[in-house]
Amino acid sequence: MTEPVDTVSAASAIEDKPQDAALTQALQRSYQHGFVTDIETDSLPPGLNEDTIRAISRKKKEPEFLLNWRLAAFERWLKMEAPTWPYLHLAPIDYQAISYYNAPKTAKDQPKSIDEVDPKLLETYEKLGVPLHERAALAGVAVDAVFDSVSVGTTFRKQLADVGVIFCSFSHAVEHHPELIEKYLGTVVPVSDNYYAALNSAVFSDGSFVYIPKGVHCPMELSSYFRINAANSGQFERTLIIAEEGSDVSYLEGCTAPQRDENQLHAAVVELIAHDDAFIKYSTVQNWYPGDENGVGGIYNLVTKRGLAAGKRSRIAWTQIETGSAVTWKYPSVILRGDESSGEFYSIAVSNHYQQADTGTKMVHLGKNTKSRIVSKGISAGHAQNSYRGLVRINPGASGAHNHTQCDSLLIGTHCGAHTFPYIDTARADAVVEHEATTTRISEERLFYCQQRGIEPEEATALIVGGFCQAVLEELPMEFALEAKALLAVSLEGSVG
Amino acid sequence: MSASSALLQVRDLRVDIGERTVLQSVTLDVQPGSLVVLMGANGSGKSTLGMALAGHPNYHVVSGQALLDGKNLLELEAHERARAGLFVSFQAPPDVPGVKNNLFVRTALNAVRQARGEEPQDAFDFLASAKAAAKELGLPASMLGRPVNEGFSGGERKRNELLQLSLMQPRLAMLDEIDSGMDVDGVRAVVKLVERLRSEGTAFIIISHYLQMIESLHPDAVLRLDGGKIVEEGDMELARSIARTGFKQHAATVGAPA
Repeated sequence: MTEPVDTVSAASAIEDKPQDAALTQALQRSYQHGFVTDIETDSLPPGLNEDTIRAISRKKKEPEFLLNWRLAAFERWLKMEAPTWPYLHLAPIDYQAISYYNAPKTAKDQPKSIDEVDPKLLETYEKLGVPLHERAALAGVAVDAVFDSVSVGTTFRKQLADVGVIFCSFSHAVEHHPELIEKYLGTVVPVSDNYYAALNSAVFSDGSFVYIPKGVHCPMELSSYFRINAANSGQFERTLIIAEEGSDVSYLEGCTAPQRDENQLHAAVVELIAHDDAFIKYSTVQNWYPGDENGVGGIYNLVTKRGLAAGKRSRIAWTQIETGSAVTWKYPSVILRGDESSGEFYSIAVSNHYQQADTGTKMVHLGKNTKSRIVSKGISAGHAQNSYRGLVRINPGASGAHNHTQCDSLLIGTHCGAHTFPYIDTARADAVVEHEATTTRISEERLFYCQQRGIEPEEATALIVGGFCQAVLEELPMEFALEAKALLAVSLEGSVG
Repeated sequence: MSASSALLQVRDLRVDIGERTVLQSVTLDVQPGSLVVLMGANGSGKSTLGMALAGHPNYHVVSGQALLDGKNLLELEAHERARAGLFVSFQAPPDVPGVKNNLFVRTALNAVRQARGEEPQDAFDFLASAKAAAKELGLPASMLGRPVNEGFSGGERKRNELLQLSLMQPRLAMLDEIDSGMDVDGVRAVVKLVERLRSEGTAFIIISHYLQMIESLHPDAVLRLDGGKIVEEGDMELARSIARTGFKQHAATVGAPA
């Protein structure tokens, strides 16, 4: 990563102020005002009912439409059932045991110096090539590194404001741009879409908001690299990205820091809207805590991501590298409504030890001459189960639709599994839908070949896996690609030999 | 030359593949910088010797000894053997899809360099030397950017083996039928490369039956493997005799192995 930025939380608090004042304020916020008092009033006890939702909305000083929207979602959720169709084994989730509103971690809870941080965690950062000062910040150490990113964030914020790009926390957007929230929220992922999306709609705490005005080429990659760790925006994030006519944006959502929290539910919703000729590229590197080698602990990552290619010739591309979480349930999708719109999905899903991943995409062709492309690379090692689940739907009005799907699985070892569930549902005879699939094992012959040239088995595996994933890695922004390769190597450590 | 000064010392090596004993008892010395030609009929165990020395998991060394530069090869992992200076070419080098050739070779080279206590080569230096090596072998520089052996012809794969050999500069290289699938220019390139590396101190075991190439290589010794043993040791004259009469007749004239 170059110049990771706390682009949302810290920056949003200091918008429109000169940089020096902003820094001073940020310093004071952490050291003098003391979060402790805030926290006492800002946390909710575990439990989920209508009052919980009202309390969240009240604490966030939300407009009435949003409260009503949350309540409607909650009502729907109560009548819904968790999906049983994924190829996953989830322990039952006690929704009453979760606290739905947590203030950011206090300075008191954080490690005081890098010496207090779990050495194993630091070792991982080192392997990922995260610079030293960033490692401390990622591990949650309350040090100056955080303020470095505040200042950088402020500089970037000004550059974005100059071209009219809005990039802020979801809460900030609710407060300052309620008309955009009201217009777009839930239009791509309706509250009733699925069990976890309904839950998120009812209780979401914060997230990111991006608005790119007409004709604007976003001058930089927008990144939420730091946000999750620093702001602890938590289990139920909500992201909304709107690209007006002729605009384009590349958004990076990264959490390369392994989360230390265990058995946590993470149910996020991401909605993208691309108008005529707009392009949204959304890249994710997900490395939540995967549980230990024996399958104990780890995040349940149950996420709904969907883009609406609303306008003519609009384009939405998802790229994801999923290496973390004990369970991943995630299908970043594109609704191709605009004529000649296109949707792309590039995915690498790695599961090792006892991880389970059921992930893929949906491409729904509605407009004329729409195109979609799916490239999925699933890697299983240890005792992991990795499933690709995809739907390509061509609706009656979608003349001239074209889809190409490439779905490859790589197995390392003999105790893991790879599964493919491709659904094709076409209402048109003129649709072109192509599906290619392969399943391979890392062959002993290839490993030995590498070894004979002096490359040790773990490095050889990383090389072979990198080669297997090359077609997807090429779609990532440059600095992410390097990081992703390092992450793949770290994730598969101990899977051979 | 005394055995103690030998770079490679193999003593009574017995190797099984599964239930089958392929090498009965091989004893062999290779002196530093020397070149030994290993001949033998199909199934006599020539390739098995290479794979066993390289540490292929399917080749089980049942008994015997193999020292490279005084190091017990049999105690080392396959990649450690390579780092100790052993290079064994593959008869059918596998492909590594999606992995660019230059990345693969540089990774390998730097692993070996590091083991020798040398600085790793950065991408720029590497590319310069790799391009030069490719040119020497008649390979287009573009093959460095292609995935390892993917879609390569048999001859191209063999040349790619030589490219790695050329850059890695091992102590001992075992080339297994490197001439097969190669055109005349390719064979010339082999001879030239072997000459150069020998002058820089690399010793060779060459498995081949291509007399013209063997002549050009000026071997120090020619060995004949039969029934899992080295049954005959000679000079160029032995290679010529085998080439002239074939293994069967040649074996009949010198007597069957014990």
